[in-house]
Amino acid sequence: MTAPAPHHGFGSMRRKEDARFIRGQGTYVDDVKVPGMLHGAILHSPYAHARILSVDTSAAEAHPKVKAVITGAMLNAMDLAWMPTLSNDVQAVLATDKVRFQGQEVAFVVAEDRYSARDALELIDVGYEPLPVVSDARRALDADAPVIRDDVEDRTDNHIFDWEAGDRARTDEVFAAADVVVSQDMIYPRVHPAPLETCGIVADLDKVSGKLTVWTTTQAPHAHRTLYALVAGLPEHKIRVISPDIGGGFGNKVGIYPGYVCSIVGSIVTGRPVKWMEDRSENLMTTSFARDYHMSGSIAATRDGRVLGLRVETLADHGAFNGSAQPTKFPAGFFHVFTGSYDLRAAHCAVTGVYTNKAPGGVAYSCSFRITEAVYLVERLMDMLADELGTDPAELRLKNLLKPEQFPYTSVTGWEYDSGDYAKTLRVALDLAGYDALRKEQAEKRARGELMGIGISFFTEAVGAGPRKHMDILGLGMADGAELRVHPTGKAVLRISVQTQGQGHETTFAQIVAQELGIPADDVEVVHGDTDQTPFGLGTYGSRSTPVSGAAAAVVTRKVRERARLVAGAMLEADPADLEWEAGRWFVRGDRSSGATIQEIAMAAHGNVELPEGVEGHLDATTVYNPPNLTYPYGAYICVVDVDAGTGKVTVRRFVAVDDCGVRINPMIVEGQVHGGLADGIGMALMQLVAFDEDGNHLGASFMDYLLPTAMECPSWELGTTVTPSPHHPLGAKGVGESATVGSPPAVVNAVVDALRPYDVRHADMPLTPACVWRTIQGNPFRPDLAIT
Amino acid sequence: MKVTVNVNGQDYERDVEPRQLLVHFLRDELDLTGTHWGCDTSNCGVCAVWLDGVPVKSCTVLTVMADDRFVRTVEGLERDGELDPVQQGFTECHGLQCGFCTSGMLMTARWLLDQNPDPADEEIREAISGQLCRCTGYENIVRSVRWAAEHPAAYDAPEMTV
Amino acid sequence: MMKLRLAAPDALIDINDVSELSYIRVDGDELLIGALARHAELLASPEVAEHFAILGDAERVIADPLVRNRGTIGGSLCQADPSEDLSAAFAAVRASVVIRSAEGSRTVSAREFHVGPYQTAVADGELLTEIRVPIRPEGGTRSRRWKPGSAYEKVCRRAGDWALAAAGAVLWLDGDTVADVGIGLTAVGAEHFVAAEAEEYLRGRPAGDETFAEAGRIAAEHCRPSADQRGPVDYKRHLAGELTTRALRRAAERARA
Repeated sequence: MTAPAPHHGFGSMRRKEDARFIRGQGTYVDDVKVPGMLHGAILHSPYAHARILSVDTSAAEAHPKVKAVITGAMLNAMDLAWMPTLSNDVQAVLATDKVRFQGQEVAFVVAEDRYSARDALELIDVGYEPLPVVSDARRALDADAPVIRDDVEDRTDNHIFDWEAGDRARTDEVFAAADVVVSQDMIYPRVHPAPLETCGIVADLDKVSGKLTVWTTTQAPHAHRTLYALVAGLPEHKIRVISPDIGGGFGNKVGIYPGYVCSIVGSIVTGRPVKWMEDRSENLMTTSFARDYHMSGSIAATRDGRVLGLRVETLADHGAFNGSAQPTKFPAGFFHVFTGSYDLRAAHCAVTGVYTNKAPGGVAYSCSFRITEAVYLVERLMDMLADELGTDPAELRLKNLLKPEQFPYTSVTGWEYDSGDYAKTLRVALDLAGYDALRKEQAEKRARGELMGIGISFFTEAVGAGPRKHMDILGLGMADGAELRVHPTGKAVLRISVQTQGQGHETTFAQIVAQELGIPADDVEVVHGDTDQTPFGLGTYGSRSTPVSGAAAAVVTRKVRERARLVAGAMLEADPADLEWEAGRWFVRGDRSSGATIQEIAMAAHGNVELPEGVEGHLDATTVYNPPNLTYPYGAYICVVDVDAGTGKVTVRRFVAVDDCGVRINPMIVEGQVHGGLADGIGMALMQLVAFDEDGNHLGASFMDYLLPTAMECPSWELGTTVTPSPHHPLGAKGVGESATVGSPPAVVNAVVDALRPYDVRHADMPLTPACVWRTIQGNPFRPDLAIT
Repeated sequence: MKVTVNVNGQDYERDVEPRQLLVHFLRDELDLTGTHWGCDTSNCGVCAVWLDGVPVKSCTVLTVMADDRFVRTVEGLERDGELDPVQQGFTECHGLQCGFCTSGMLMTARWLLDQNPDPADEEIREAISGQLCRCTGYENIVRSVRWAAEHPAAYDAPEMTV
Repeated sequence: MMKLRLAAPDALIDINDVSELSYIRVDGDELLIGALARHAELLASPEVAEHFAILGDAERVIADPLVRNRGTIGGSLCQADPSEDLSAAFAAVRASVVIRSAEGSRTVSAREFHVGPYQTAVADGELLTEIRVPIRPEGGTRSRRWKPGSAYEKVCRRAGDWALAAAGAVLWLDGDTVADVGIGLTAVGAEHFVAAEAEEYLRGRPAGDETFAEAGRIAAEHCRPSADQRGPVDYKRHLAGELTTRALRRAAERARA
């Protein structure tokens, strides 16, 4: 399966960035070495909730290789002990009064090498007074629950917010009048993105120039720069944030972590560069988790299968600080897109956020701002409704999916879906899967007492945040910039504000310029990841690179193309309005033999051709793209499982995924994105869980306990595609980075529940481990998020 | 402690802290940062290198245990500037995205093909079952190794010391 | 352990160079495995495959290929994790281990080797050097009528995971009767990793679905699993029984083949 390498534009082509990675010459943060560099290590709290009585760092400071020890008290004196979160809360950088989750950062050691830094941690003596713990979100609002955030004045409970969307009264009406209502409590358990590269930083404040340079694992370098300026009071033009190669982000690398701030302070205090790289247990224990939504949902329908309404109440566990990362106006992210892919009369959701003694986070792991949770809810309820009505789940969906003529479609919770031909995509998936044959096989197996399940998931995503009047993060609008410069010999440099963590931007963005300008993708250099060299933007997460930055790249290239028209007019002594474009050149309309290529035009622009009044001699352009709307990629997934009733073990036999992400810039890369997300589905549905015991001890701080799928658990993915362009995106592209992570877990869960139908199982919560499945079969399920029963 | 470790054909004599892991020796001491470090429990496999001819997890080997032994890393896959077929395969078949697991996958792939030049997909999956990837869903890694199996090197694999 | 800073020894002795302890060979009616034999070697050994499918089955599901390239048989046994697959497998085949010190050597039955979680009979100043697996049942004379078969069945959550539970069975069939049997259990708190009561029950009985199911029930009854993230007690107890039955069935199939 060799990928052909076209010279121009869209299509599958080999990635330009591969050259360094296959040789082991990537530069990840831990590869960065700066002269004089020291190493930092964090001391973590063993308790989930405790008062700090004393912190004695004298023995650590006396260690011959230690250069500095930073405590909460020291940071307090600099007004840096607390920092703002992305959700208008504050988070401790280093604990001062209390520790509020197991693993919370208490002190920071800076030493000559990484081993000494860790040795020195053992020399720090902290006196704790343990306090009662809130480890179950369902108990967080009990009258006798300990107040976690007593650092905030007047706080008397663990309640963070209440938020709702939709029309409650109308929804109640619809439910009251419906023939059929199906309700279910379901958990989307706490999981963690766990990219293979952990988080880290090298911070170097140059005392002479006053410039702070950081190499760091961030999906949003410019946002980090601006935040450091605002929070630490450092002048923004003296801060340079560099994201070198990032070994996977998945939303784990969006926020600013205490370790980053401590390293910067460490560099200030020691006058030397400081590197901090967390290890895997720190990554799993302290950095942004994902999900942890406890949902009570209901679906209302007519007897003949017409879905009318949806409602849900959700309890959201946000951990000890509200650090979830989503646009300001949306404390529950885009959860209210839970109406899914169906035409509903009414819907209503209410979300209550609470504090618990766990690490902060919530929005991460390719969730598209809580759309993983929303899609899980609606697709599980659809299957349960099908079960209740005795209808085939594919038939039920075909009956209720939005129709092409309904687009653009405004949902009852206010989303304007841009385009879609849903039924077509579902039919392609059913066809690829051989759905009827699978049902026949299932019937035969059931007759023999064998368990086989088929699960469908149809999802609509809402990505590419977003229009600046609706969407900002900490007041920074979610528009992204792009700058294109064409050199005299016709080679181009594109500077973008988004941050690849494996998505292939160095190739795909070059392909956008190549497509619009008719030059080879190899002639386009994509510059990213260094705030000194790139325009401002909000970075890569929520699948926003193609919808926002990809649009910016297209717009800026078209601007260059139009400049080229003006220069070509001068070269050809023709009115620019009389020129026509074909890939790579402008020519005089009606005379194909005339014309000038982009390369010739570039040379002329910088040369001695007389240019008209007001036309400057260059082929450069900049733009900031403010998207008019989100984009709505969608897909139909079908999962086939076999379940061993004697052991509860689930084997995923097949997985069919048909995605529609509009125009595809590089199909090979699109497929790779889908493959990766499908593995997430298996992982979350069957094995991934961050659990806590009742003392708040974190039970998933290593890959022995927090399980990720290997090549053995994943089948060979079967992909299909349909293409329904986005009407408002300059390229018609919608983005696809998170689609598979969003769409796949419900397909797997639906399949397992389908397999267990002979046991009258209506629902089972993730992760569907063998123990969980077996107990469900026995009619004695347990709450999987509590880990030990 | 003084050690002499042969890495990619070259001897390196160094004085190391006895607790130092081989992965840190390669990365921090020899600046061979192609081998990565991703977990504390020998689960993720991004640290895979060859030790005396077989792939092992270098986070689970102390540097001093590699004294007088032969290590091969991803930097040693190329021959006189020619990419190994596994490296070529990963590029042809989009077998990498972020690249963090790639070095380890390449080392295991090379060893697998040396033992089993025409592996079935299942055998490839089993060979890499101790190595995680968060980006690719493994599909294209399997295809990349199959590509390498179908396009063996034009040159004869030179005799490695081990 | 050192990486997690759970252990900080003053001195660590690297025995990887003691190549005399790295072997797998048949000597008379014993399979001899040097303590430093790697998991990968046990898995690839034709002698092991010929005589003890249970060991190959177990190795195939221990960790992953890279860890198996490095980890040793002796190392795993001495780590003595209650979920260690080889402990149950060697108990099932009634292996014994050789422990040496400066004073001499002694032999300990695999069924007495583990004295507690992460604790073995190897005392200070001693080294485990060899594992010996009898190819004929202990005390029995060479009998051409006895056909051996063995198998190991494990359930876990992903490749390389510790067992939620596992069972290994070794059968010697005399026609359709179980002439002798060994049953080992992993990760369910079975004393010495052995399902002794189930063995007792099955010896002398016909080899068949009913007796295998009953042996499974007895094995389940007598083990003592604890609840943890891998599963609750009732599930693990059930698995102990289910997997014992499956291992016996597969062992019998192989014996008859």
